[in-house]
Amino acid sequence: MRSFSGEALRWEWRDGIVELTLDREPANEIGTVMLADLEQFVSAMKSLEADTAVCIISSAQKRGFSAGADLRELYHGAIALPEKERNVGVRDFVQRCHAVANAIDAAPFVTIAAVHGVCFGGGLELALTCDIIIADKMARFAFPELRLGLIPGFGGIPRLKRDLGNAFVRDLLLTGRSVNAARAQAVGLVAQLAGEGEALRVARATAAQITKFDATTRAAAKKFIKPIPYAELNQEIELFCELFARPPVLAALKKFVESTDAMPYLP
Amino acid sequence: MRNLDQTTQEVLDLAIQHFKVAPGTLSPSDDFFKKLGIDSLQALELLSRLENHFGIELPDYEVQGVSDFRTLAERIQSRL
Repeated sequence: MRSFSGEALRWEWRDGIVELTLDREPANEIGTVMLADLEQFVSAMKSLEADTAVCIISSAQKRGFSAGADLRELYHGAIALPEKERNVGVRDFVQRCHAVANAIDAAPFVTIAAVHGVCFGGGLELALTCDIIIADKMARFAFPELRLGLIPGFGGIPRLKRDLGNAFVRDLLLTGRSVNAARAQAVGLVAQLAGEGEALRVARATAAQITKFDATTRAAAKKFIKPIPYAELNQEIELFCELFARPPVLAALKKFVESTDAMPYLP
Repeated sequence: MRNLDQTTQEVLDLAIQHFKVAPGTLSPSDDFFKKLGIDSLQALELLSRLENHFGIELPDYEVQGVSDFRTLAERIQSRL
């Protein structure tokens, strides 16, 4: 499928480059709709592989790349189920998210996340599946999950550990703070910084360079330098589900959903 | 090194520029959420703007509960 337009995202193939654009208000929250569209993309990847060198993932939403999991949907979905069934539903959702993330991570073409604005939680986890992150200098990155009594659940910790040093991984995870693009570049999370509003343009220029290389060599190099930490990813699913079953998580989600605080995203 | 008054003025100037409000409409004691009508994500934009301008990092937890420009400037000043 060379092009697609869903409820939460669209993609278009042109000259060896797929541009996947997240576009769901207010800030590309990852819930069942976004996940279903991402699964559509993963299903289409096989047919795109042969003549695709690069996939650029970006956002058309002004607020940013993605604010992360759709916490409102997660909360309402959880309370709609009897207590014993909650974890089954959450496990299914998390496993589907992992399947999508693993597929994008292992794509034989090069993947670039062109990030602006917020790139939080599940949004950062999606960006971490990409080979190269190019960030607008106003972008911000965070894993705020601990304030909900959770850990990142879409593969964030194993991928962050794979790519970065422990000092930054622990700081980001254990404080829940957000960091700016310059800091993210300094620690190696971001590969290239772009001016304001220029991340997609820089990503396109980078993609054009990558298309010049031999496809087999490109895929082999990627596979060699970017192993996928499957064992830790599976451990993360177990830990996430274990933590999600604890009462403080539902209480924190309730507080978030019902909050009228002007800064509910901040820990 | 900047003093607190200079830092406060630069914070006000950056907020005026970023949120495109008329010069002179913001004062140090203003609640920026109410005065600018901004939400959490817009506050983060301002945080990025300030960090880039002053060349500092200001962790979210240091500005949690801060809603006026003067106190925000104090937090920045402590990082300069």
